[in-house]
Amino acid sequence: MLEPVAASRLQFAVTTIVHIIFPVMSMGLAPFLIYFTWKDIRTGKPIYEQLRRFWTKIFAISFVVGTVTGIVLEFEFGTNFAVFSTAAGDLFGGPLALEGMMAFMLEATFLGIFVFGRQRVGNVLYMISAVAVGIGTWLSAVWILVANSWMQTPRGYELASENGQQVVTLVDPLAAYLNPRFIWMYVHMQNAAVESVALVLAGLGAYFVFRHHIWGYPIENVEFWETTLKFGLIALIITAPLQVLHGDLYARHVFETQPQKFAAMEAIWETESYVPEYIIAFPTSMQDLLDPRAKDIFGIGIPGGASWLASGGDPQATIRGLEEFEGPQPPVALVFWSFRAMVGLGFWFILLAVWGGYRWVRGQLLEDDLLHLALMASTPLGIFAVHLGWVVTEVGRQPWIIQDIMKTSAGVSSDLTGTEATVTLAGFTVVYLALLVLYLYVVARIVRSGPPAPADRTVTERPETPTDEVGADD
Amino acid sequence: MTDGGWLANGPLFDLPLADIWFGLVFFIFAMFLFLDGFDFGVGLLFATREDSHEREQLLAAIGPFWDGNEVWLVVFGGALFAAFPAVYGNLFSRHYLLMFAILGALIIRGLAPEMYEQRHDENWQRWWGRAFIVGSVTAPFFLGMFTANWLVGATTIITLPSLVVGLTVVALTVVDGVAFLRLKTRGELRADLRTDGYRALGAYLVLVVLTLAYIAVAVPDLRSALVSPLVVALIVLTLILAGVYAVATSRDRYYVAFVAAAGLVFSLVSIVAGLMYPAIDPAVGLTVDAAIVSTVPLNLMSIGAGLLLPLIFIYFGVLYSAFSGPIDVEESY
Repeated sequence: MLEPVAASRLQFAVTTIVHIIFPVMSMGLAPFLIYFTWKDIRTGKPIYEQLRRFWTKIFAISFVVGTVTGIVLEFEFGTNFAVFSTAAGDLFGGPLALEGMMAFMLEATFLGIFVFGRQRVGNVLYMISAVAVGIGTWLSAVWILVANSWMQTPRGYELASENGQQVVTLVDPLAAYLNPRFIWMYVHMQNAAVESVALVLAGLGAYFVFRHHIWGYPIENVEFWETTLKFGLIALIITAPLQVLHGDLYARHVFETQPQKFAAMEAIWETESYVPEYIIAFPTSMQDLLDPRAKDIFGIGIPGGASWLASGGDPQATIRGLEEFEGPQPPVALVFWSFRAMVGLGFWFILLAVWGGYRWVRGQLLEDDLLHLALMASTPLGIFAVHLGWVVTEVGRQPWIIQDIMKTSAGVSSDLTGTEATVTLAGFTVVYLALLVLYLYVVARIVRSGPPAPADRTVTERPETPTDEVGADD
Repeated sequence: MTDGGWLANGPLFDLPLADIWFGLVFFIFAMFLFLDGFDFGVGLLFATREDSHEREQLLAAIGPFWDGNEVWLVVFGGALFAAFPAVYGNLFSRHYLLMFAILGALIIRGLAPEMYEQRHDENWQRWWGRAFIVGSVTAPFFLGMFTANWLVGATTIITLPSLVVGLTVVALTVVDGVAFLRLKTRGELRADLRTDGYRALGAYLVLVVLTLAYIAVAVPDLRSALVSPLVVALIVLTLILAGVYAVATSRDRYYVAFVAAAGLVFSLVSIVAGLMYPAIDPAVGLTVDAAIVSTVPLNLMSIGAGLLLPLIFIYFGVLYSAFSGPIDVEESY
């Protein structure tokens, strides 16, 4: 049996890693769906109706699986991190309550209309529903990230002690909610969601375009998949460079506010100036992989690069090494390699965007088979990069559950036993993996069956609803 | 707004905010139990229908609604966390395995209808149909167990009151589900459901009496609250509403029966709240006034809830009016 602390952390990690896939899909799809719905209503072109209906199906299943996996997360704070919840309820409960009332309610109610109501409501209410669902998903992220970013850069609080228990009291809500980390996180996360979905669109589009144009299989709805590829590519061209750009600023902000995490991201143990940035690092031994140290690792380093990045232009800047911080240290290997893989993927996505954009301009978008293969292979990589980013954020801030205020080990429920925690960890790992498999299965089925045939609008008029529902005798 | 500013100057308008939030948390819980309750009820009634077209009709009836309904549970968790963080932490970690049982049941219940619709072969639909039934029955059963343990301050999961209240809540969701389905279906199915409604109502009343009798006999701490005017009035109200429900069901007054079902849910949750007050976590003797969050977040949340809850009722109004009347199987996308 695992200890309650280890089991609770693992359980939160497993449930969040699976859960985050679904909100990324719904947040990323939201702007596309708003656009498709708008164009469908305005132009009446069948292609937009197909795009709207097809991606609404994917949105709907993502939302459902996101809901059922997300409710668990909300209650896990109470079940597994009761000491944290009690101590930080002042700051943490509010954003979660506001998320439910302000965002999730908006999203869930209008989603009913958006998914099931096309034949029941007029164009205006339908369009409003699409926008409301989109706003709901993006507002949801606001409150979740307010809560999370406060744990990284806590502000607007006072510390007190009640019955020997540390208690955090909210004194300045604005300072707490708009803590310095929030905006970086929000921009980086939302852009990542759109970029991830852009890669999904481009990858799926490329697959069918490839089958049709390169392999010569007859594909129904080729135009649909070509358009999907193009929309994915446009979004990728916009989001990929932005992601790396503000990612760089974000890292600088981490250097200023969470130096221990930054040192772990760069695997710097000793405090030094003129620190090189290893843009490419190769593990040459098991030792490098499991316990990377920037000084020993084989890689291509830009002299003074890390100092330059961290300080915003000064290659001589000093970076505090991990040795300066009292232990325990975050698991450096996981943070260091996740960070590198994420940044590497970020540049890969820019390359894809440039490559695709270039082919498109040259009128060769449908002919470059290598590009199609690269896009296909990259379909899930945006979401994977989101995972890596969150690993850097959450593992990198260990041992703190609230930076410099409360250690993760101190936040776990005191009455939780190792047996209980291990049982639910095992059970929910199985359940969440099963959910993920089922989700992928359903999405694959939707993709394989392709876009729905455009409805002949003259026939879909509903018959008058019989007037037997209100108090009439049957 | 440094140091909380005016938000720190005592409760807004000197309102008894701790009591208001106690009421609000239970109100939100009742909204959840009423709205998602009929979804659960539909799940149990699904077991009584063999015909695949009828089964599709049941699923179509809850399709646009269940997700929004379930969000009330999220809001319940959020409101409890925001207003009574100590209760949020203690209560859920104390009933750790039960909480995960509820969450697991909700996952199955939410996923099953979506999966059921994905394929139309018999085997697939049989298994997801079963999963839907199991999730829909166990979710309210575990919720009932949780509520009972919360109220009587039990620290073990399986107790006599928790089992009885679990069944009570299951019966209530069927009462609720029948009323909802009679609004949303037509013809033979709608007529057949009448009998299910009577049976569920009968079972519910018997189980409520058993629960109250148990409390009167075995929980001395709650005995005096049981005969308080409020609780007695709520018990009388339950009987009246049961009568209204039965008469409305027999005369096909669908909306009246539905409102009566809502009333039954709110009465039951109010009885629980009435018995518990002024404690909010009886197991550790924590009272509402002791558990309430500090002034700044309390005022902030009160403003937030005051502005947002009316909006939420508008959203639900739009949704339910867009789908008023019976819902056909083929409506979607």
